Amino acid sequence: MANPLALYSHYVSISLRSQMQYRVSFLLGTLGQLFSTGVEFIGILALFDRFGSLNQWTLAEVAFFYGIVNVAFAVTDMLSRGFDHVGQLVRSGEFDRMLLRPRSTVLQLIGQEFTLRRLGRFGQGAGVLLWATLYLDIAWSPSVAALIVITVCCGACFFLGLFINIGTVSFWTTETLELMNVLTYGGIEASKYPLAIYHTWFRRFFTMVIPMGCVTYFPVVAILGRSDPLGTSLAFQYAAPLFGLLYFILSLFIWRLGLRHYRSTGS
Amino acid sequence: MQSFVLPYTAVLSARFRMILQYRAAAIAGFVTQIGWGAIRVMAMEAFYRSTSAPQPMHLEDVVTYIWLGQALLGLLPWNPDTEIRAMVRSGTVAYELVRPVNLYTYWFSRSMAFRLAPTFMRSIPLAVLALLFFGMQAPASPEALVYWLAATLGAVLLSTALTVILSITLMWTISGEGVSFLVSPVIYFLAGMVIPLPLFPDWAQRVLDILPFRGICDAPFRLYMGHIPATEAWAVLLHQLIWIVILVAFGAWLLSRATRRLVVQGG
Repeated sequence: MANPLALYSHYVSISLRSQMQYRVSFLLGTLGQLFSTGVEFIGILALFDRFGSLNQWTLAEVAFFYGIVNVAFAVTDMLSRGFDHVGQLVRSGEFDRMLLRPRSTVLQLIGQEFTLRRLGRFGQGAGVLLWATLYLDIAWSPSVAALIVITVCCGACFFLGLFINIGTVSFWTTETLELMNVLTYGGIEASKYPLAIYHTWFRRFFTMVIPMGCVTYFPVVAILGRSDPLGTSLAFQYAAPLFGLLYFILSLFIWRLGLRHYRSTGS
Repeated sequence: MQSFVLPYTAVLSARFRMILQYRAAAIAGFVTQIGWGAIRVMAMEAFYRSTSAPQPMHLEDVVTYIWLGQALLGLLPWNPDTEIRAMVRSGTVAYELVRPVNLYTYWFSRSMAFRLAPTFMRSIPLAVLALLFFGMQAPASPEALVYWLAATLGAVLLSTALTVILSITLMWTISGEGVSFLVSPVIYFLAGMVIPLPLFPDWAQRVLDILPFRGICDAPFRLYMGHIPATEAWAVLLHQLIWIVILVAFGAWLLSRATRRLVVQGG
């Protein structure tokens, strides 16, 4: 068990086995995830049926945005449940036990639960993404294919960074601040549509403060091969996902700061 | 008479006061819903910019619809009553069966408080903010206000009847959230929370008109803004009443089935 990867896969296998104890519950949960993201997409279909287009964006293009953000987020959502529980762990004093173990706390928290039912969201997002890819005339090249993979990976890292931040706040508040969910879920809700349709203050916030647009909008514009109504260059669109990765690294540093600040609540 | 009603009103008010204690959760939900509403409004504005064709609803009405939806979000039958879920899991539900009250009515009162209290706390400040700053309109007329209030009462009863049914199904599934994982996203969608129902294609309207879910959000909201004229308010209220009777009768029947074959968990 010296190797963190081996330890992590051990965590995952335990978590999977425990979820498989409640097979019906797992199936219902997965289907439920599929339904709750599915109805959002049916809503988009109905709106396009009614309005024809969204500021020059077609249904297939919007579907691509929708697919990318859901696939990236679903990956993170499978890994990051543990960070939701930090507040509870801190309050009960359980967090001390994690500190005693000779492995990084981030690894232990990621390993807490591998939430398999998020496959529902993943499957739904991937299905929409596939449909959009087949429907759109994407100018395929190795660099475009690579950009899709990089965007999804950096997107997943970015969302993980957000979840880590939510957990970090708990060191100070000893409570999981649901307030932060407005960033995660609100951001995903917003990223279903191209960032260009929103007000300037909103676009700035989700580019410069929380770089969600860097993983859900700019690279996708490059993949779709269309000019950005916001006027960014192709070079920036290709480089943008790196800001997502940077955000993740930064959030790990802040986590460390939080750990140093941590005082056990005892009891 | 008074002693007959007393247990039901007592559980309603006790639960109401208990839920009001959770102020932090209320603030978090409040901020999340403002963010969520703002995003939806911006997306709808963008859709309305894309076309000049006349639509079944004006943009101002859609904005009001969205904010009413955010303010009254808590009324939707999201999940089974959390206390009943805990009782079914731990086995203490057996005590519920020996109480000298009608179990269905008792659970109905309990669930009504569960739906009303959090909504009560959030909806008023949210509506005030939306009215002042976010483009929500005042009721179309004094009659519209009266009919909206009447229809909202109907919506509360409809939603409570559905919540009780969701709670009863836990007696079969025991673990997790049971069927509500599947049913709640569908209700959310069919009530008009994803996109306003009048924006759905015309062929869908006929189906939506028959289903009970329109009565939870869509119909009361449209009475408020005069999109359904006051002269047709009786049809909305009658539709709600018929479905309340059906759902209550079904819930009571389901509960009698459930208690006949109940295996109590734990020991």
